[in-house]
Amino acid sequence: MRTGLAFLAGTAVALMVAVSPALAQKQGGTLRISHRDNPPSASIHEEATISVNQPFMAVFNNLVFFDPKEKVNSPDKIVPDLAESWSWNPDLTRLTFKLRQGVKWHDGKPFSAKDVKCTWDALIGKGDEKSDLIRKNPRKVWYDNLKEVTADSDTEVTFTLGRPQPSFLSMLAAGYSPVYACHVSGRDMRSKPIGTGPFKVVDFKRNESIRLVRNPDYWKKGRPYLDAIDWKIVPNRSTRMLGFAAGEFDMTFDSDVTFPLLKDIKAQKADAVCEARPTNVSSNILINRDSPPFDKPEIRKAMVMALDNKVFSDILAQGNDLDGAAMLPPPAGFWGMPKEMLATIPGHATDVEKSRAEARKIMEGLGYSKDKPLKVKVATRNIAIYRDPAVLLIDQLKNIHIEGELEPIDTTVWYTKIQRKDYMIGMNLTGVGVDDPDVNFYENYFSKSDRNYTAYNNQEVDKLIDQQSAEQDREKRRKLVWEVEKNLAEDGARPIIGHNVANTCWDSKVKGVVLQHNSIYNGWRFEDVWLDR
Amino acid sequence: MGAYLTRRFLLMALTLFGMSVLIFVMLRLVPGNIADILVDAAGIADPKEKAKIIAELGLDRPIVEQYGQWIGGLARGDLGFAYVSERPALEEIAPRIPISAKLAGMALVLSVLIGVPFGVISAVRQNTALDYVLRVISLSGLSLPAFWLGLLVLMASVHWFGTIPIYSNEPRSFLQEVGLLAIPAAVVGFRSSALVMRLTRSSMLEVLRQDYIRTARSKGASQASINYNHALRNALLPVVTIIGIEAAFLVGGLIVTETVFNIPGVARFLVEAILWRDYPIVQNLVMLIAFVVIMVNFLVDMAYMALDPRIKYAD
Repeated sequence: MRTGLAFLAGTAVALMVAVSPALAQKQGGTLRISHRDNPPSASIHEEATISVNQPFMAVFNNLVFFDPKEKVNSPDKIVPDLAESWSWNPDLTRLTFKLRQGVKWHDGKPFSAKDVKCTWDALIGKGDEKSDLIRKNPRKVWYDNLKEVTADSDTEVTFTLGRPQPSFLSMLAAGYSPVYACHVSGRDMRSKPIGTGPFKVVDFKRNESIRLVRNPDYWKKGRPYLDAIDWKIVPNRSTRMLGFAAGEFDMTFDSDVTFPLLKDIKAQKADAVCEARPTNVSSNILINRDSPPFDKPEIRKAMVMALDNKVFSDILAQGNDLDGAAMLPPPAGFWGMPKEMLATIPGHATDVEKSRAEARKIMEGLGYSKDKPLKVKVATRNIAIYRDPAVLLIDQLKNIHIEGELEPIDTTVWYTKIQRKDYMIGMNLTGVGVDDPDVNFYENYFSKSDRNYTAYNNQEVDKLIDQQSAEQDREKRRKLVWEVEKNLAEDGARPIIGHNVANTCWDSKVKGVVLQHNSIYNGWRFEDVWLDR
Repeated sequence: MGAYLTRRFLLMALTLFGMSVLIFVMLRLVPGNIADILVDAAGIADPKEKAKIIAELGLDRPIVEQYGQWIGGLARGDLGFAYVSERPALEEIAPRIPISAKLAGMALVLSVLIGVPFGVISAVRQNTALDYVLRVISLSGLSLPAFWLGLLVLMASVHWFGTIPIYSNEPRSFLQEVGLLAIPAAVVGFRSSALVMRLTRSSMLEVLRQDYIRTARSKGASQASINYNHALRNALLPVVTIIGIEAAFLVGGLIVTETVFNIPGVARFLVEAILWRDYPIVQNLVMLIAFVVIMVNFLVDMAYMALDPRIKYAD
């Protein structure tokens, strides 16, 4: 009898569990996140760091954006945002957006097509000269093909391109492409921005905190779930990790948890949810090709052939970093070349010793030897994530008679020094805003780009970049992209050491977090995140 | 005394003027300016954008004009605009001053409260087990880096109490603030108290060997009276000097502690401002620190007079 009752009770409980609805989202609460450093400003368009995107993306909306519920950003996963719909003209040079009506800026003013026009006018240098809306424009090259933006009416806007560019919509969907409020000064956009997004900025205290609160008039009904997001700026990583373990923070800063640290986090906070994902940030080498002897292509080739990428990954990321060429490798990346092809390009050989023996021969042919090494300085930003791979690089270059000396550079003047060409070899990290060849190639390798730090200039490669950019067929385009990657690797243009993989952790009570697995710069709207408290 | 004070205040004003020129010139001698850094932070160095920022901030104007503008503003209480946040510098600096002042004040009080009594005990009980223990503790205070000690305290706190004494939210009450600041203040004060303890000990030992102490003893004065009324008062002069110097040095100690314990004070802010070449913030903060140091020196000199009636400042 007792057994029978127990069975019935057990069945009833099992049935209740089986038929109960999925955990319902709860409204309210404050999400507390640690921030790694002081964002240079709050103006996403003017900066090129996750330190700005992650906290401030929730303040804005784009015209369109990558579906935040999907882990991989892809052109076929672009969803409407401030634009309700979009359409191309037959020759794919005019992109027209129908805008959402009744949307208001956080200060209560209505949003209209004029704001869209004014934002992109400022980005392509056609804005009001007196306006300080965009003081710096690190992604100017994204919009080289954008000729004009016209506000057809208050609710319709058209982007006119110089030639078809299939990637253009992906660029507009990036976290780096919010629509700005043009009635607000640039100074305010940098310190206390106004957006249309799910959260409003209450305060941005330098070196201290960023506080966002729920926008009660958000156009997407029922969102966001959170009442507020509190970012605390904690420059010391040990303090950040201890704070997370002690429950002071509900979430770590993006990709802040290295693999060695992950063990500590798991030991101290067993219920923490931690997710590793490729960041689409690559470690790469900058070679000053204008400075002898690096003007010789043979030396550049020998350097690349000396690399053992696996050692970098094993030591720096416990073997988790990904080997790839310029684009993020598959499966996280859509465009990166397949493994078999990768093994055929310099710097990614499977038999490293054989490759190094060849490299040594090249160096010896140029007059260098163990007793007469080539002495170089390896410059890098004076922070651990840059310094550590630089030290490994110096060690690996010894194998081919190159004796390196580390030259740590004050982080605030790193790019200025690189652009002045005041270096021989540099260790750099490059983040890519969208897993898209146009974004990566035009920004980092195109001869006219401001961010082509090595001033790499190969007209053939420029032509190939333009060609892949205009190609409509994705598979044909992918083959062209691989050709560009191959050319870049053979030319020693920013040899890639690895694509970084890192962890982000959050408390088990934080729900609805979807990390994007092919870019750290997207998916930080926080409108679907809620707290199960 | 009146003439002395007038001379002293004039000298203070002159020192501050010299400091202002020095800070202003030295900052501009450091390679890179805010425009370089702002543009660098965005990963680009477009000369046109840089030139526009330089013109906007007035950095292309003659250096004398820039100095005049700053000093003129300072005299009127206008500290200018911070370059990075583009907000009034006063709004940026003012809320951080009380936080650091409280932290430094607590650290200084702790260092005196611990350093002086234990220094006296160590001297009076010279070469006993207690003296050895106190000497070891004071030596460790001088040799343990504040950064390491701070992290150790945080780790122990998480491990044993499951909480972390960092300034993650603005304190809701005075008591909570004291609680939050007490541990970092103890970390900063540990080094200072060790220094004060060692100096008090050596100074006391020297005084205790003086003839007038022997005289007091032969007149039948109690040990406590000898220690505290006769010896300590005379031994305190060098200790007061070192407390004054430590008060000035505390700013250095605060940088590390404010970083580890995440305290939004002046010291961390100053370092950040220097890295960004945020001239209005750096200039005004360094002037403030210079003013505090000068005032502390003045107070120390006045304290000499109170401690030793033989000291007189002639007109």
